[in-house]
Amino acid sequence: MAETDVEVRNFTINLGPQHPAAHGVLRLVLELDGEIVERADPHIGLLHRGTEKLIETKTWHQAVPYFDRLDYVAPMNQEHAFVLAAERLLGLEVPYRAQVIRVLYSEIGRLLNHLLNVTTQAMDVGALTPPLWGFEEREKLMIFYERACGSRMHAAYFRIGGVHQDLPPELIEDIGEFCETHPKVLRDIEGLLTDNRIFKQRNVDIAKFTREDAFARGFSGVMLRSTGVPWDLRRAQPYECYNELDFKVPVGRNGDNYDRYVLRMEEMYQSIHIMKQCVEILSSQKGRGAVITGNRRVAPPKRSEMKTSMEALIEHFKLVTEGMKVPEGEIYAAVEAPKGEFGVYLVSDGSNRPYRCKIRAPGFAHLAAMEFLTKGHMLADVPSVIGSIDIVFGEIDR
Amino acid sequence: MVEEREEGGAMQSVADSDPEALTDIIDVIENGLKDRVSDVRIVHGQIQMVARPEAVLEVLRFLRDDENCRFVAFTDLCGVDYPEREERFEVVYHLLSPYVPARVRIKVPVRDGASVPSCIEVFPGAEWFEREAYDMYGIFFAGHPDLRRILTDYGFQGHPLRKDFPVTGFVEVRYDEDKKRVVYEPVQLQQAWREFDNLSPWKGEPAVLPGDEKAERNDG
Repeated sequence: MAETDVEVRNFTINLGPQHPAAHGVLRLVLELDGEIVERADPHIGLLHRGTEKLIETKTWHQAVPYFDRLDYVAPMNQEHAFVLAAERLLGLEVPYRAQVIRVLYSEIGRLLNHLLNVTTQAMDVGALTPPLWGFEEREKLMIFYERACGSRMHAAYFRIGGVHQDLPPELIEDIGEFCETHPKVLRDIEGLLTDNRIFKQRNVDIAKFTREDAFARGFSGVMLRSTGVPWDLRRAQPYECYNELDFKVPVGRNGDNYDRYVLRMEEMYQSIHIMKQCVEILSSQKGRGAVITGNRRVAPPKRSEMKTSMEALIEHFKLVTEGMKVPEGEIYAAVEAPKGEFGVYLVSDGSNRPYRCKIRAPGFAHLAAMEFLTKGHMLADVPSVIGSIDIVFGEIDR
Repeated sequence: MVEEREEGGAMQSVADSDPEALTDIIDVIENGLKDRVSDVRIVHGQIQMVARPEAVLEVLRFLRDDENCRFVAFTDLCGVDYPEREERFEVVYHLLSPYVPARVRIKVPVRDGASVPSCIEVFPGAEWFEREAYDMYGIFFAGHPDLRRILTDYGFQGHPLRKDFPVTGFVEVRYDEDKKRVVYEPVQLQQAWREFDNLSPWKGEPAVLPGDEKAERNDG
């Protein structure tokens, strides 16, 4: 047989930046040996908007809406991290009702995120029905956003010191009703996926890692918990009223894509459980009261009050022109966002704008490990991994 | 251990309580690292310290491996710019110990043009964070295998998060219909960039109004 001098060489391909499985504007340069991934080099920054620079040039209140535009799948969870950081620098107490509303909407955010992620990841591996069912539920949740603050996505609802306005009682009732009907949809989605042969073949034992790797690489959230670490900031470093709410933290065992799917499904049931408790508190006597701090150096007075009170008018004028001042200092505050630990590192020089606002997005650390996760896997596993690590470019590129 | 605390239900918030555990850790750090770190203190419930660039790997390794600290989880690395300081930049590391639990912040001052040793060998997750700090501030990380820009455009000039970098930037892009490609042009502002200084020069009334102190005096 004649000797073949076919040169065997690795093949480099460009996945994205416009690719339906890239979940946004990811340009992934892949070096393939046949179908095996040898090297993965994600190029990010195509959605870079300079959020941190913009925040440095604006007043403290004007920074809040920028956080909606980071992870636009679960906007209020991001706002939460920023307002918590600023409140800790100010040493501000948040009214109880505001805390419960924040928790309620953070959990709605978690549902929004997991519904999108689980179902589109299923679509990445070939299932078409789950996204249709999941998006129907997302639509209902976005209407809850709209009814609270007037916007379906970019809410700007959390404010330093509380939330912008109170929820109407009918909305709280409707959220309670949603909590009753939603688990059935989740069970339906589970019925399609959990024991699905194809879904399992595409996800079990893909992108496996250990807890040591997860810690050293800065993983958090579901990525970390899938390796069996029960680390959830809502439990471990509780903020707001999470420590008086009842919920469980599901943990995985294998640290693979399939475990992460199972965890996300279970987290959604837990979120509904939390939401039910919040609804109950909000509609009971215990949850009555103000929704934003009475400190006039932080929160503006009500419009009705400004009609009759000179002081209120002055306070309002000061807040919308000069803005509030935050005492000098620095703080790192983090929340358990649906994707992991979303942190804000704030440096204040005592003026009316943040001196430095570093946004620590969970997806950034997760995507950085792309090569670590996909090396040795097949090309077809890459979209499955991208779906499973749950990336949104708003927060990665900032 | 993490598992045990999981059963415990309500736990203490690291942000505003359990100062005893934190002071214990501060003792461990001060004994273990002696003169390699300075200004170790608790700020808003988080341990903060300052380290020299040449000692940073040693500090990180100690914090990760010491059995009382176990800051095994890498959280964040970022730059901060203080143009008026002699050592202009500060690299800020955030680590987390899920076992205590506690957060620690290590601040490393660094001159413009100087470099900090890359900590990828200690925490592999730092790779992109270091690239970002380089991209945004121009801080060099010695030993980083792939110190490219990360968030800015291919061929971008300058370091945008430096305080002396204008918010508008220097170039803008548009699609050129004749050349059939995207072209870069110097930024043209329709009106001059206005730096709004909203900070009021008025100090507001002090807590004690001038003259009020006389009421306290009894001399007559």
